Amino acid sequence: MQIEARDIAVSLSGKPVLRGIDLSLRAGEMVGLIGPNGAGKTTLLRVLADLLPADAGSLRYDGLIAKALGRRTLAQRIAFLAQGGTVHWQLRAGAVVALGRLPHRRPFADLGPSDHAAITRAMAAADVSAFAGRTLDSLSGGERMRVLLARALAVEAQMLLADEPLAGLDPLHQLEAMALLRRTARAGAGVVVVLHDLSLAGRFCDRLVLLDQGRVLADGTPGAVLEDANLARAFGVEVARGEHHGQPYVLPWRPIRREDETAS
Amino acid sequence: MNPATTAIPAESRSRYRFLVALLTALLLAMTALSVAVGYAELDLGAAFSDWLAGRATLPALVLVELRLPRALLGALVGFSLGLAGAAMQGLLRNPLAEPGLLGISSAAAFGAVVVFYSGFAGAFLLALPLGGIAGAMLATLLLYALNGRGAGTMALILAGVAINSFAGAMTSLALNLAPNPYAALEIVFWLMGSLADRSMAHVWLVLPLMLLGWALLLSSATALDGLTLGEDTARSLGFDLGWLRARLIGGAALAVGASVAVTGAIGFVGLVVPHLLRPLVGHRPGRLLLVSGLGGAILTLAADTALRLMPIRPELKLGVVTALIGAPFLFSLIQRMRRAA
Repeated sequence: MQIEARDIAVSLSGKPVLRGIDLSLRAGEMVGLIGPNGAGKTTLLRVLADLLPADAGSLRYDGLIAKALGRRTLAQRIAFLAQGGTVHWQLRAGAVVALGRLPHRRPFADLGPSDHAAITRAMAAADVSAFAGRTLDSLSGGERMRVLLARALAVEAQMLLADEPLAGLDPLHQLEAMALLRRTARAGAGVVVVLHDLSLAGRFCDRLVLLDQGRVLADGTPGAVLEDANLARAFGVEVARGEHHGQPYVLPWRPIRREDETAS
Repeated sequence: MNPATTAIPAESRSRYRFLVALLTALLLAMTALSVAVGYAELDLGAAFSDWLAGRATLPALVLVELRLPRALLGALVGFSLGLAGAAMQGLLRNPLAEPGLLGISSAAAFGAVVVFYSGFAGAFLLALPLGGIAGAMLATLLLYALNGRGAGTMALILAGVAINSFAGAMTSLALNLAPNPYAALEIVFWLMGSLADRSMAHVWLVLPLMLLGWALLLSSATALDGLTLGEDTARSLGFDLGWLRARLIGGAALAVGASVAVTGAIGFVGLVVPHLLRPLVGHRPGRLLLVSGLGGAILTLAADTALRLMPIRPELKLGVVTALIGAPFLFSLIQRMRRAA
């Protein structure tokens, strides 16, 4: 699947959140969406998933607008992992992951063999098979996040849009989740993931999109996007850089005063 | 262990079917018991054979004019209240959502009282239930408008308090302006909620409205499951939330409005029943719907049968009995939620 966003603008409660966003997403690519708090990352992800209508601009899925594609088809092709990991009822982990199969099921039909297979695959991939029978309130925050990631994977969509899937994960599971998302992309799906860890973003993503104040500040390879000037402008931080096993890492080091901050 | 069998426990669906079958059997038994219990001595066998043979004997009349309508209305109203409670809880994702607590029942009562006083009630038969449904619909829309703006449990409960007291005040105003004290007393007793002295005409009056409401609510089961993970996730799973809200609000208003219009306000059924049954369906809001309907019918019939067996005369009003059971239950529920938070 391919998503083409052209000149997208969104205002929320009268305040412009996104302006002039051009973005092309395609299958097989892992894209990291980075930017400071309030840059519009979540809003952009919701627009891309057709959960929030854009005020202006065009959005096409494989050349078609969402309405032409249909609600059900879109739900089968795009999986969305919401921020925050809210689960309102204390379902068992297996039942939560099974919700990912709803777009594929006929009304009132039971889970079929292909659904069970997808659920089992997703739970194994997210390392939550052991929790299947446990209720969500008996799991830790990070375990719950992995169950929700498994839920999104169980859709087996062509495009996975994940909003901060690493929130609350310990270092090991952060690495594993990133590796899992990259495997998902290598297997042919498009992956867009909102991240705050610049090093993980740089290491695992094929491409980074840096948002700042509702605009795309930089869009390209991790090396090109994670430049000092970009990071200083978007985040207002100076970074320390290093290399481990031939791979670069970026560490936020200290705040720097931004010129436009004093102006506004 | 084979992971395919652990992901979704295989017994989960058969357990659900067993629960539905068990509750259905209990409901049938409870309905039979409700028909069998009454003030007048009744030879049920003779009554049934007379009725089936078309003989208008006294036993047949007691059966058809008194016992059957009471049992059937108890089951219909209880099913409506239990189902609507579970549905509202699923929509608002809040275990305290209940038609009575949120003011839907009292708004329905007010709607019915308005019809009663305006004289429409005499004009055509459906006026009373339609008044109740209109009141219920207004209250539900208002609640949704308040809750839809991201308000939490507290705001929801406070909105319910506001609707309850407003509808209560308006009903009191109507009583205050009542042309004669006897009519006012009649309304007061009706408001307390009772299944006594209803006829088959009442059953036929509300049955189609309730069936429509039930269909709207039960058809939302899968979407309510999707809503477990929040509105964005539900929409990303392909559900049209606008249509879902319309179905649930319309369905709850039809079921609760019609119930209140014929039996008055019977509170707490929609709160107690879903809460007790939720663990038995793995907390799944979709599966909770049907079992809560069945459970609500069983509880209502049990309470109505119990108050006829109690040696208190005049008999207690059903709404009073459910409130006496339900209010302490609500206290303990709030206590438990506070400890969990």
